[in-house]
Amino acid sequence: MEIQVEGLWKAYDGKPVLTGLTAVFPVGITCIAAPSGTGKTTLLRLLLGLERSDAGVIRGGDCRWAAVFQENRLLENLPAAGNLRFALGEPPPETPGMLASLGLEYGDPRPLREWSGGMKRRLALVRALLAPWEALALDEPFTGLDEENRARCLVLIREAETRGPVLLASHDCTGLEDAPLLRLENGTGVVRRP
Amino acid sequence: MEPKRRLWPILFWLLAWQGGSMALAAAYPSGGLLLASPVRAGLRLLELLPEPLFWRAVGNSSLRILGGFLLSGALAVGLAALAAGRPWLQDLLVPPVAVVKAVPVASFIILALVWLDSRSLSLFISALVVFPPVYLNVLEGIRRTDSRLLELAQVYRIPLRRRLWGIYVLQALPYFRSASSLALGLCWKAGVAAEVIGLPAGTVGERLYTAKIYLQTPDLFAWTTVVLVLAALFEKLFLTAVNALAGKAGC
Repeated sequence: MEIQVEGLWKAYDGKPVLTGLTAVFPVGITCIAAPSGTGKTTLLRLLLGLERSDAGVIRGGDCRWAAVFQENRLLENLPAAGNLRFALGEPPPETPGMLASLGLEYGDPRPLREWSGGMKRRLALVRALLAPWEALALDEPFTGLDEENRARCLVLIREAETRGPVLLASHDCTGLEDAPLLRLENGTGVVRRP
Repeated sequence: MEPKRRLWPILFWLLAWQGGSMALAAAYPSGGLLLASPVRAGLRLLELLPEPLFWRAVGNSSLRILGGFLLSGALAVGLAALAAGRPWLQDLLVPPVAVVKAVPVASFIILALVWLDSRSLSLFISALVVFPPVYLNVLEGIRRTDSRLLELAQVYRIPLRRRLWGIYVLQALPYFRSASSLALGLCWKAGVAAEVIGLPAGTVGERLYTAKIYLQTPDLFAWTTVVLVLAALFEKLFLTAVNALAGKAGC
């Protein structure tokens, strides 16, 4: 399964953000690199079906997605277990193990408002990885993580990448040099294979 | 506030009341009638407690006033939920809500006396005063729902039931809690006022009216205390239930 975009256009208030982007995202990680405000998030939002493009076609985008958004989008008054149950229903058996591998506890009774930013980011990633997705959108998934936790998160993403296309938008693609890279410039770009 | 800090102002005003009553009684031959002392009111309350008619009045008033609160509260929450996504329904409800908020309760009581029998009066009036704060607060709570969480729910295909609970209920519950606290106080005030005007038999309002007719100020204060205690008690009970729900929901 792959996702294709062809001639994708999107402008906000007349200011173009994507200008005829054409790209193919195969199974596995594709790193989308670009400075802030140059269309990474817009591209992911179009693929997730949260916005409509002004022109262009998306093929394969109507599959089941999971995402880590720019913000964590967690229920701050609930603990980790409550958040996972809200998003996933009954969390799969591997949940405690995956949380533990990122230094988190499934049974932690504290509401997330008492968690650090990095802990919440890791939980948002676990929520996405545990969801039954066919394609995964990760928008700056390493924000607020130290090197050690970034590396741990990357291991989990790597383990999951055979499940479907993983679009990882980040200003820093360190450790992903072997993955296809889409560098967005002036609203367009080409996927380069390593 | 600490219990000690809550207690001393109450004691101060009780003493001021006692002092005022004693001063009036000393200045005028019938001064004690004008302002019964807290001691006399308390003793009268103790006399009333064993009377079956006392409990009948408390039961009748509580049933109707709280019935009005619960019925109207449920209707207000339901309509707020429906109106949240329907601007035309919000617009439609603006005039009646504004009228209920602005028109004096006494006008509604008199009008309701023309339409209804006096026994249903307090239920109707209590329902009427409860509707605007609960409807407006819950609507505001739902309006403030985080659109980013709605997007998350869309992407993760979260079923409607979990979406309702996790996003809308969590968001609206604190608003409902503060509106309920306000509405419970209002419904007792308006409900008892309706009973005083409509005089349904065997109610707290009727007993207050009788106290006024016979200048029984100890009775007046005793029954007023009963209303205060009932209002506080039901507010505490209801908010405890809402807080338990909120705790379960994590807010």
